[in-house]
Amino acid sequence: MVIDLDGVGHTYPDGTVALRNVTLSVAKGERVALLGPNGAGKTTLALHLNGVLPAQEGVVRVAGELLGPQTVRQVRRQVGLVFQDPDDQLFMPTVGQDVAFGPMNFKLDDVAGRVQRALRAVGMQAAVDRPPHHLSFGQRRRVAIATVLSMDPQILVLDEPTSNLDPASRRELADILTAVDVTMLMVTHDLLFAWQLCPRSVVLADGTVQYDGPTRALLADPDLLRRFRLELPFGVSLAP
Amino acid sequence: MTAFVVIVVLTPREWISAFLGYAAILAVALAFARVPPRRVARGLAIEVPFVLFAVLLPFVGHGPDNWLGLSIPGMWAAWNILVKATLGVVAATLLASTTLPVDILAGLQALRIPSAFVAILTFFVRYVDVVADQYQRMRVAQRSRGFTASSPRSWPVLAHGLGALFVRSFERGERVHLALVSRGYEGQLPVPESSGAAWPAVVLPAAAAVIAMVHALW
Repeated sequence: MVIDLDGVGHTYPDGTVALRNVTLSVAKGERVALLGPNGAGKTTLALHLNGVLPAQEGVVRVAGELLGPQTVRQVRRQVGLVFQDPDDQLFMPTVGQDVAFGPMNFKLDDVAGRVQRALRAVGMQAAVDRPPHHLSFGQRRRVAIATVLSMDPQILVLDEPTSNLDPASRRELADILTAVDVTMLMVTHDLLFAWQLCPRSVVLADGTVQYDGPTRALLADPDLLRRFRLELPFGVSLAP
Repeated sequence: MTAFVVIVVLTPREWISAFLGYAAILAVALAFARVPPRRVARGLAIEVPFVLFAVLLPFVGHGPDNWLGLSIPGMWAAWNILVKATLGVVAATLLASTTLPVDILAGLQALRIPSAFVAILTFFVRYVDVVADQYQRMRVAQRSRGFTASSPRSWPVLAHGLGALFVRSFERGERVHLALVSRGYEGQLPVPESSGAAWPAVVLPAAAAVIAMVHALW
């Protein structure tokens, strides 16, 4: 298994319990959607996968490494975390510098080649010298993905990748994510996008895993959807 | 560019032809870089207090007077301030017009400015437009609901707006920090590469040095 969480729990300093006894395994090459209502603990779980939040209870294993102070740097190299707002992800003055940021920190070889390949993978090679602020929102989202692809991670963790995207940008994003060959965990409220890209879904509610199974079966079950406060767009329903 | 200004400042005030030479190379550089005259004029506005001070010197200075009754040492002092300040400000305007922010950051790093300071400036360059956009959207939202800042009674609304902007920026800072550590950040930003586009920084001091040397040897 590439991702292995066993009994993970997390409580924020104000006493809010975000995760309780979360156990989850993801195999190499799998694409998994992480679904659930607002405040269910999805982003908290994503932040555990690269050790930004250390597990207070339970253990996290990534690519065979037990996540801890000794291994956190190696794990971050393997887990590409793409945040919801591209303006949080793109903090360097130019696109090229931002895509080079991870490889330079991890002292990887051929930084220029990595930048070129990552930007080509998301169709943004022409923007290498441009400031992120001059790009459209959809372009910034694509560059944000390039910033982690340049590290050649084994695992891609995406937080709400389709939020605020227009339909064409959303389709382009789906094409990009389908083409990259990595294990993927995608936090999303966009159920149709989850269905398009992820054969498997995990539903998190009240900080625990409430469903772990085929995406299609979940979306075709109105009772389950209602229980987890999940909704398909108006007029859409799937035959059981 | 610092080298150019240092040469200008170190040139004796009596070397009038050298100053004319510096002005000529600045004018050529401004024309070559297509810097709009209006931008140069805006840059020169910062000099106004010094100009006012310099204008007073011939009237209040001591020493021998000329036929108009103006102090000759005072006139030299005024000339010294005016010519060096003007050349310095115009050179700074040229630098700002022809140099990308990323090159200025690379230059600061090369000058061994403390890395924390360079990092703060790097984030400032990246986020100043993002925060300005947020402020603009907030102003549009305020105006859309009938708000006009016309009297001191509107100050609390403006203060609340700025407070909200500060809180949002602070929260963004926390999220950016998460994104930084997620990609291996351990307190040191990678050294930015200069684009190599800041040609006046090399050409101007070299030309000024030649003029000063020719004048000294003449």
